[in-house]
Amino acid sequence: MSTPAPPYGPSRRGERILIGLAVGLTVLFIAAPLAFIFVRAFSQGWQVYAANILHPATLHAIWLTTITAIIVVPLNVAFGIAAAWAVAKHRFPGRGILVTMIEIPFSISPIIAGICYLLLYGRQGLLGPWLQANDLQVMFALPGIVLVTMFVTAPFVAREVLPLMQAQGTEQEQAAVTLGANGWQVFRRVTLPNIKWALLYGAVLCTARAVGEFGGVSVVSGNIRGQTNTLPLHVELLFNDLNAVGAFAAASTLTLIAIVALVVKALLEGRKAA
Amino acid sequence: MSITVSGLTKRFGQTDVLRGIELGVEQGELVALLGPSGSGKTTLLKIIAGLEWPDAGQLDVNGQDWLRLAAQERRIGFVFQNYALFPHMTVRDNLAFGLTVRPRAERPGRAVIAAKVDELLHFLQIVDLADRYPTQLSGGQRQRVALGRALAIEPNVLLLDEPFGALDAAIRRDLRRWLRGVHEATGSTTIFVTHDQEEAFELADRVVVMGAGRIEQIGHADAIHDHPASPFVARFMGATVELPVTLHAGRADGSGLDLSALERRALPDGPARLFVRPQDIAPRPDPAAPWRIASRTSNGAQLRLVLRHPDLGEAEADVPRRASAAEALTPDAAVRLTIEAGTIFPTDRRPGAASAEPVPLTSHKETAR
Repeated sequence: MSTPAPPYGPSRRGERILIGLAVGLTVLFIAAPLAFIFVRAFSQGWQVYAANILHPATLHAIWLTTITAIIVVPLNVAFGIAAAWAVAKHRFPGRGILVTMIEIPFSISPIIAGICYLLLYGRQGLLGPWLQANDLQVMFALPGIVLVTMFVTAPFVAREVLPLMQAQGTEQEQAAVTLGANGWQVFRRVTLPNIKWALLYGAVLCTARAVGEFGGVSVVSGNIRGQTNTLPLHVELLFNDLNAVGAFAAASTLTLIAIVALVVKALLEGRKAA
Repeated sequence: MSITVSGLTKRFGQTDVLRGIELGVEQGELVALLGPSGSGKTTLLKIIAGLEWPDAGQLDVNGQDWLRLAAQERRIGFVFQNYALFPHMTVRDNLAFGLTVRPRAERPGRAVIAAKVDELLHFLQIVDLADRYPTQLSGGQRQRVALGRALAIEPNVLLLDEPFGALDAAIRRDLRRWLRGVHEATGSTTIFVTHDQEEAFELADRVVVMGAGRIEQIGHADAIHDHPASPFVARFMGATVELPVTLHAGRADGSGLDLSALERRALPDGPARLFVRPQDIAPRPDPAAPWRIASRTSNGAQLRLVLRHPDLGEAEADVPRRASAAEALTPDAAVRLTIEAGTIFPTDRRPGAASAEPVPLTSHKETAR
C-alpha cells in the first residue's frame, strides 16, 4: 500500500525547500572543501603528488602519526572499558566525580592540555629536573605526543560503552557468577560480547581523533621536521612553506583516513543498532 | 541440602532491609518467601546466593559456613526475575555456560557437555528452540531456558526471584505446575520469592511471610489464611477491614457488629482490633443498627458495599450478587454486620509502633514462630 501524497501543496513545498537547503549547505561547507583538497593535491599531476607523499619528511610524519595512533588507541580502549566498567557496574564513593572527570577532555581545549603537559614534564616543569637527571625525554619527543593524544581522545571509548553498560545492568554478570564463572570469564564471555560493537565504534572515533589531533600536539612536539612532526602539523608546516601541492597531498592522506574511519563508523552504527 | 539462616541483618544506607532473620529449610523442600515489595525477600535470596552480603548473622548449608564462600563456589542455581539470559548465545550455549566455565581439571569434555545439554533440552521440552537466541523466545520459553541454565550445574540449592513475575496469567499457571514437576523430578532444595499469595500457596511446601525486613509467619496456606500471626499478615492476606472491638472474658463486642461466630480468644479484657476480609462481612438489614450502606457497585459476581458508621468511619463488604439477601442491601439501608471470620489483635499501646507482636495463643503455636 502506497501512501498518497498529502493533498496540501504549501507544506510539501516547504519540505522540499528545507531538504534543498540542507543538501546545499552540506555541499557548500563540507563536500566542496573536501573535494577541493583532492583537486589541489592532484593539480600538477600524479607524479608531483607521489613525489610529495614520498618525501622523507612527509613519510616520517605519516609514520609518526600512525605509531601514535597504534599506541594510543589500544590504551584508550583499555582505559575506556575499565572506566565504564567501574562506573556502570559498581557503586563507590567518588563515582560521580569520576564520571565528570572522564568527560573533562571534551570540554578542555587541547592546547590547554598541551600546556599542562609542558608545565608538568617540560625542562622548567614540575617533573623536568627528575626526568632530565634520569635522561628521559618526554617533551618534544614521541612520549609527549602520545600523552597529549591520549588525554584528548580519552573519553571516546568510555562515552560509547558506558551508556550501554548502564542500560544492561549487572544481572547477566551476576548470573554468570552464580554459574561459576570467574572474573575474567565473566568479562570475556558476557560483558565484552555485549559491548563489542559500541567498543569498536568508540575505537574508530578515537582513532579518527588521534590521527587528526593538532592543538595539543603542536605545543608538546616542538615541530621538528622529520622528527616530531605529526601529519596535521606537517600539513601546516608545508602550507607555511607555501608548498600548496605538498600541503594538500599530505592533507589528502589525512582526509582519506578520516573518510575510511567514517565509513567504518557508519557500518558499525548499523551493527550497534541491530 | 539443608539451609540454616540465623540473626541475619542488612542495611542499605539508612534503611534496615533485614532485621534478624531466622529460617531453616530442609533438604528437598520447596519454600516460598512471600511479601510485599520492600519486605527484604529478594535481599535474603541474594544473600543465600552470595550476590549480597549481610552485615551480621550466619548462613550455614549442611553445616558449612557459606558466608566464607564466594558465589562461584556455592554452586547455586539462581533464576533472575528477568531471566538474565546471555543475548549473544543460543539456547544451547546458554544452557552449557555453567559447565564450560569450570576450571579445566573439573570441566567435562565437549561430548559430555553436549549430551548434558541435550538431556536438559528434552527435560524442559524445548528441543526445537536449541539454536534460537533469547530475543527469539517468548517469556515462558525464556523462563524455561533460565531454569535449565541454572539446573545444568546440578545446583545444591535452586533460588528463583519472582519466577513468574514477567508472565501473563495463563502462562503463569502452566509454568507453576511445570515448576512443581521439575522440583519433584530433581528433588533439589528450592526457595522462591513472590509477592503473589496464590502462587506461594499453590506451589510451596511452606510459605515464609515477610514484612519490613522481618519474618512475620512461617506455615502452610490454611494456617496463614485462618490464623495470621500479626496484623501485618492479616492485612497482607486480604483482611483489609480493621474494626475496633472490646474484649470481655475472651468474647469480642463491637458497635453494630454480630461477633458470635468468632471463637473465644485468650486475650486480656479491654480494647482490641478486629481484622476481617470484605467477603467475611455479611450485612443484614436492621433498622436499629448504626451502619448505613454508602454505596453499592457490582463486578457481575460480587457486590461491593461501602458501609459507613457515624463514629467508626467506613468498611467494605463483598456479597454474592445473586444471594437472596442482596436485594435488600440498597444504598442508605441500615445494616448490622455479621462477621463470619476474622482475627483479633490487642490494641498496640506503644506509641508510634507500626505493628503489634504476634499473639501467643495455643492454636497459633505450630504456625507462629
